[in-house]
Amino acid sequence: MEVPLNHYLILSGLLFTIGVVGVLTRRNALIVYMCIELMLNAVNLTFIAFSRHLGDMGGHMFTFMVMTVAASEAAVGLAIIISLFRNRQTVDVDDVNLLKG
Amino acid sequence: MQLLMFYGFGFFALFAAVGMVMSRQPVMSALLLIVNMFCLAGLYAMLNAHLIAVLQLLVYAGAIMVLVLFVIMLLNLREKQGIISKHQVALQAVGIMALGFFIISVIAKLDPSKLPPSKAIGAGFGTVVVVGRILFTDYILPFEIASVLLLAAIVGAVILAKSKV
Repeated sequence: MEVPLNHYLILSGLLFTIGVVGVLTRRNALIVYMCIELMLNAVNLTFIAFSRHLGDMGGHMFTFMVMTVAASEAAVGLAIIISLFRNRQTVDVDDVNLLKG
Repeated sequence: MQLLMFYGFGFFALFAAVGMVMSRQPVMSALLLIVNMFCLAGLYAMLNAHLIAVLQLLVYAGAIMVLVLFVIMLLNLREKQGIISKHQVALQAVGIMALGFFIISVIAKLDPSKLPPSKAIGAGFGTVVVVGRILFTDYILPFEIASVLLLAAIVGAVILAKSKV
């Protein structure tokens, strides 16, 4: 039996929400980063589900671009985390308040 | 059968995501995120997105997560007491409200009988040949912009990670 579209959308919404909760509540910058990856994945699932449902390949292209952005984000974000650790000896987002007014 | 596979993959994906957010050790979180990405790759394969499923495994579970694990081992972090942020009450309230809002709005908006029926897909939907042909004809400009973005990311990462420029 074919899986209806809204099942995929509900799963994707739940995954995105778990990612949001992680970003808002965790202190470790690496885990915050992984939660952002989880949110990107949830959006990808929505794109692919709609792409299959509408019979249009455009969603695959968007997923491709999201993956590219995630790869470059991994490179730059992890470099930022490493230089943060080198300068402050912490990756705790509560301790990094240099730009706080 | 397909529904059963969907529930299997979906359950494991949700389980791994919740575990990732709750886990105390960053290494455990990274491994659970890899489990989650494997489940999503299975779902992509069920949705006829074969190339994207393979790319998910290669790029996400392979390259990006290995990089994350590498950084976790490099930094050798020890979790202090209290993994939750200091502004926990307000932020948790916001998080739980977001969760509730998402679930209710998604379920309320979507009545399966009102959705347009699923369109029939052509031969070779989601295969390498078709994706590649579209990528190099209709989507050639985003493709080139993506290559420039990757180059900028490489240069930026090298400059950020270098101790002295």
